[in-house]
Amino acid sequence: MKVITANFVTCAVKECKTSAASFPLHFQDAELEQLELDLQPEFIRNVLPRVDWDSLRITATELGFPALPETKPEGDALNDEQTLKDLHRLLLETSVVEGKLVCGNCGHQYVIKEGIANFLLPSHLV
Amino acid sequence: MSPGPGTGPEPETYEEQNVHKVYQQIAGHFSATRYKPWPIVEKFLLGLSPGSVGLDVGCGNGKNLQVNRDVFIVGSDRSENLAKIALQHHPHSTVVADILHLPHRDASFDFAVCIAVVHHMSTPARRVQAIAEILRTIKCGSATAPGGQLLVYAWALEQKNSRRGWDKGDSQDLMVPWVRKAKPGSGEEDQTFHRYYHLYESGELERDIEQAGGLVVESGYEKDNWWAIATPRPTS
Repeated sequence: MKVITANFVTCAVKECKTSAASFPLHFQDAELEQLELDLQPEFIRNVLPRVDWDSLRITATELGFPALPETKPEGDALNDEQTLKDLHRLLLETSVVEGKLVCGNCGHQYVIKEGIANFLLPSHLV
Repeated sequence: MSPGPGTGPEPETYEEQNVHKVYQQIAGHFSATRYKPWPIVEKFLLGLSPGSVGLDVGCGNGKNLQVNRDVFIVGSDRSENLAKIALQHHPHSTVVADILHLPHRDASFDFAVCIAVVHHMSTPARRVQAIAEILRTIKCGSATAPGGQLLVYAWALEQKNSRRGWDKGDSQDLMVPWVRKAKPGSGEEDQTFHRYYHLYESGELERDIEQAGGLVVESGYEKDNWWAIATPRPTS
């Protein structure tokens, strides 16, 4: 599961969706893998406005990345090659292959196995 | 193996047996025969503005994830085996999820596609619920910005020129065989699996979308399937 994905998933439990505590989900026991992908500067520039920066900062810290700047890079900052490379590496090249995603509201743990997070709910949570 | 869950077990159990389990078993073979996106799906995905973020609900092997690399798509499938195959399509990402309980926030996506999926839901209420659940995740339109769009495809009852030959008046709920041919000389036998389908009749997909709280923007018929583009109905 690419790191960027964590910015676009939340708890599958309906009641959790209205709680701010359910986003982002929190990584636990995450085992990371780096995969080399071609840098597409335009992709990073275009997708970044959709990224919830505060959530990404939390995710990055949980995964052991150096702290991200407090504010989202925009405008000229996105012409800086190092900034683009760093974001590319974090968002797309880094995957969580094993571990858990935990909801901060209900505490339910979603297992990540072989790079796939499983969001199917046990029957008592449906 | 009677088609439709009306008389048998709960719909969840019915779909587990007659849809999910089958896809888990045929994933590899199924994937090898599904590689070309359908023209309207391709056109929809290529028409998105770069940087759009969306969903492919029931992404299967991810054949529609290879169309546009300038957008970001979270694909999901109920079958772990298919979701694994779909992982290879960068820059996108794949998870395992249930269409009725999507792990996504409200009103946060620019688009979604749901291709050949809702016809596996075994009751009218669940088909509407499935569409409503995807629409929930799509951005609503406002006075200044248009809402996000959902493209849905479902198998048509009216397909008299297809190999299957069904047409108006035939039963809409049925079990469709999938034959997995044994490798020649392997000593194995061909295996037949049955999947449950609800065939959509003309106008039914549009009705389901309206019931699910969506507005139909455009709809039509392409190669044995009904399709529609929908957007969440503005709330005010």
